[in-house]
Amino acid sequence: IIDLYIVFAVVTALIQIAYVAVVGSFPFNSFLSGVLSCVGTAVLAVSLRIQVNKENKEFKDLPPERAFADFVLCNLVLHLVIMNFLG
Amino acid sequence: MVSSKMEKSPADLLASPGLSSMLKSLKLKTKQQELLIRVSILFLVYVLAFIARLFSVLRYESMIHEFDPYFNYRVTQYLTQKGFYEFWNWFDSESWYPLGRIVGGTLYPGLMVTAAFIYWTLRFLRFAVHIREVCVLTAPFFAANTTLVAYFFGKELWDSGAGLVAAALIAICPGYISRSVAGSYDNEGVAIFALLLTFYLFVKAVNTGSLAWGLASALGYFYMVSAWGGYVFIINLIPLYVLVLLITGRYSMRLYVAYNCMYVLGTLLAMQIRFVGFQHVQSGEHMAAMGMFFLMQVFYFLDWVKYLLNDPKKFHSFLRITVTSAVGLGAIALGVGTASGYISPWTGRFYSLLDPTYAKDHIPIIASVSEHQPTAWSSFMFDFHILLILFPAGLYFCFKRLSDATIFIVMYGLTSMYFAGVMVRLILVATPAVCLISAIAVSATVKNLTQLVRAKSKPASGGSGKGAASAKVLSKGSLDQSMPFQKNGAVALLLGVFYLLSRYAIHCTWVTSEAYSSPSIVLAARGANGNRVIFDDYREAYFWLRQNTPPDAKVMSWWDYGYQITAMGNRTVIVDNNTWNNTHIATVGRAMSSYEDEAYEIMRSLDVDYVLVVFGGVTGYSSDDINKFLWMVRIGGGVFPVIKEPDYLVNGEYRVDKGAAPKMLNCLMYKLSYYRFGELTTEYGKPPGYDRARGVEIGNKDIKLEHLEEAFTTSNWIVRIYKVKPPNNRW
Repeated sequence: IIDLYIVFAVVTALIQIAYVAVVGSFPFNSFLSGVLSCVGTAVLAVSLRIQVNKENKEFKDLPPERAFADFVLCNLVLHLVIMNFLG
Repeated sequence: MVSSKMEKSPADLLASPGLSSMLKSLKLKTKQQELLIRVSILFLVYVLAFIARLFSVLRYESMIHEFDPYFNYRVTQYLTQKGFYEFWNWFDSESWYPLGRIVGGTLYPGLMVTAAFIYWTLRFLRFAVHIREVCVLTAPFFAANTTLVAYFFGKELWDSGAGLVAAALIAICPGYISRSVAGSYDNEGVAIFALLLTFYLFVKAVNTGSLAWGLASALGYFYMVSAWGGYVFIINLIPLYVLVLLITGRYSMRLYVAYNCMYVLGTLLAMQIRFVGFQHVQSGEHMAAMGMFFLMQVFYFLDWVKYLLNDPKKFHSFLRITVTSAVGLGAIALGVGTASGYISPWTGRFYSLLDPTYAKDHIPIIASVSEHQPTAWSSFMFDFHILLILFPAGLYFCFKRLSDATIFIVMYGLTSMYFAGVMVRLILVATPAVCLISAIAVSATVKNLTQLVRAKSKPASGGSGKGAASAKVLSKGSLDQSMPFQKNGAVALLLGVFYLLSRYAIHCTWVTSEAYSSPSIVLAARGANGNRVIFDDYREAYFWLRQNTPPDAKVMSWWDYGYQITAMGNRTVIVDNNTWNNTHIATVGRAMSSYEDEAYEIMRSLDVDYVLVVFGGVTGYSSDDINKFLWMVRIGGGVFPVIKEPDYLVNGEYRVDKGAAPKMLNCLMYKLSYYRFGELTTEYGKPPGYDRARGVEIGNKDIKLEHLEEAFTTSNWIVRIYKVKPPNNRW
C-alpha cells in the first residue's frame, strides 16, 4: 500500500512539473510548495516503509507504532508549512 | 571550577572517610550521585557562562554596544510596539533617504522575534522589564543555553565526561565571548546556539535514524536560517558530510531517513523567511544540498537493485553505469542552470571566502570591513589559548574511534578552521568545533590517566571477578609493580592538565575583561592622575540631534553611524550600515571628498539638512572619519571616476599636515573635521592645531565654511554636526 502511495506522489510531482513547463511558473511559491509537498510526502513515506520493513536489521528495535507516529508528526509539520507557503 | 572537571568516580569519593559518612547518611545510590554531580556541574557552567559576559554592564551601564545592534534594537522596539504583522510588512522610510528600506524582507527576524518573545513572556508573568534590558541580556542567556547544547553534543559524540568538559570550555572561550557579551545584541549571539543545536540534532538523527530527530533538526535549521546569513555554512557542511559518509562506505538506511527528512522539511521551512526567498532552489550556494538529495535517491535505488539482483558481477557493471550517468546528468543540469542564469552564481560575500583575493579587487565595501580581514596567528592564540594545542590531540582521538558522529565533528572542525583563517569574524563559527574536539582530547586523556591512578589502589579486586575484567586488572596491577613510578607519572600529568586548564580560565577571564567588554559607543581612558575618564560624546551628539533638530531633518554621515543615528537620534539618514546600495554610499563618499561647492550641489540634491562627522584629533581617538577617509575616496571613486585616489596622496603617502595634497586640504571632510581646530591647543608644548590621532600639526588652519555652519560639537570634539544652509536669496 505504501508503495502505491509513493508512486502516486511521484506521479503528481511530475504532472506539476509538466504543467509549469507548459504554462510558466508565475506564482513560483505555489509551484514550489506543490512540488515539494509531493516530494516530501514521497520521501516520508519511503522513510516509513524503511522503518517498518521487518528485514532491515538497523531498525529492528524500533516499534512500528513509533515509526508511524513520527511519520504523522513530520507530515503535520510538512503540510503546515505548505499551507503557509501556498500564498 | 577547574577541579570539578575531572570525572571522578563516586567510589573515589567514598574512599575519603569524612565524606563517606555524610554520603551514607544521605543514602544516595551511585547512579544518583553521578547524576547529582553532573547536574550541579552543568548548573555552575550555565551560571558561569552568563556571568562572564556581564563585565561591561557592571562597568558602564546596561546599553547596547557598537553599530549593528542598534538597528536590531530599533526593530525589536518596533516589533513590540506594533505587533508581528506590522513588523513583517514594515517599510522603513527613515533610512536610506530617499529610497527607504523594505525592512520586513531584508532582515533575519530570528533574533528580534526571540527577544520579543522573551519580553512578552516576562510581561505575561508580570515582570515589568524594559525591552532594552531584554535585548542587552539576550546574548548571555543564549550563550548559557549553548553550553547545555554543547554538553548533549559531547555526550552524543564521546561520553558525558567529554560533554561536561565541552560545556565548560565553551562557556568561557574568548572566540565566542567576543560576539556575545551583554549588550552585543547581534545575530551571532543567537545564531551560534542555533548552529550547534542543528548540528547536534542532525548527528542524533543520523545515529538513531528516527524521523522525529530529523524533524527536530529541520526545525533547528529553520531557526538558524531565521537568525543569521551564516546558515549557508550548515547547508553546505551537511551535504559534504553526507558525501564523505557515502564515499567511505557508511551509507545506511538511517542516513537516508535523516538526510531526506531534514532536507525536504528544512528547505520548505527556510523558504518561509522572505529574505531567503527562493534561494534554496535557485542559488549556487545551495545546490550542493540539492545535489546530495538526488545522489541519496540514486544510492537508495542502487541498494534496492543490489538486493534484487543478488549477483555481484552484474551489479558492479550496473553500478558503474548508473553512477556515471547520474553524476553526468547532475553536472549537465548544473551547467545548464548556471549558464542560462537560472541558478545564480555564488554571491560576493561567500565567494570571497573561497577566493580571499576576490573582495579587494572587486568589492571594496566588503574589503573595508575590519572584521573581514584574514586572521593573524596572534588572533588565534588570543581567542583559543590552549585549545589550539588540544585541537590536533582531539582529532587524533576522533580518528582512533571513528563513527558517524566523530566523522562529523572532524569535518566541522577542519572546514571551520579553514574559514576562520580566511576571515577574523569566522573564528566565532570555529569556536564550538574547537571546544568540542579539545573536550574529547581532555576527557579521553584524563580518563586514561585516572584509570592508571585508580588501578594501583584496587589490587585486591584482581583476585575476584570474572574472565577478561579481572585479567585486565591483574595485568595492570602487575604492570604497576614492574613500573612503580607509573602512578606518580600519571598524577604528575594530571596536575599538568589541571594547570593548563586553570591558565586557560585565567586567560579567558582576562581577555573578556580587557578586550571584549567595551561598548564602542562609550569610550574610556585613563586620565593623567590615573582616574577613569569617560567620553560619552556619541550619545551626547545623538541626543542633541533628537532634541534640537526638526523631526523630518535628514542627516548625512558615513555609513558606520547610520544605525545609531536612526535608533538614538530618531532622524532620517542617507546611508546606514546595511550597505545594500553601493551607488548611494558612493554618492556620500563623493560628497565628502569633493570641494565644498560640488559637495553642496550633491547635498542639495539629497535634501540633506545636517552633516555629521567623527573627529578624533582632540582625544587621540583613532577610528575617526579622517582615518576612514581613504575608504570613502575608494568607494566613491569606484562609482564616480571623477574622484581619483592619487589626488589625495602625496607620493603615495596619506598626510594631513602642511605637505598634504591641495585637494586633501580643501575637501569637505577635511574642512568639517578641522573647522576651528587651528585655534585649539590640544597638548602641552605643542602648537595649536596639533592633531593627536595622527600626531602632526594640521596644514590648513584657517578654514572658512561657505555653505555650512557649525551646529554642535561635543565636549571632547569627537562628534561634530553641521547645518547645511539653504541657498542664498537672489538679491
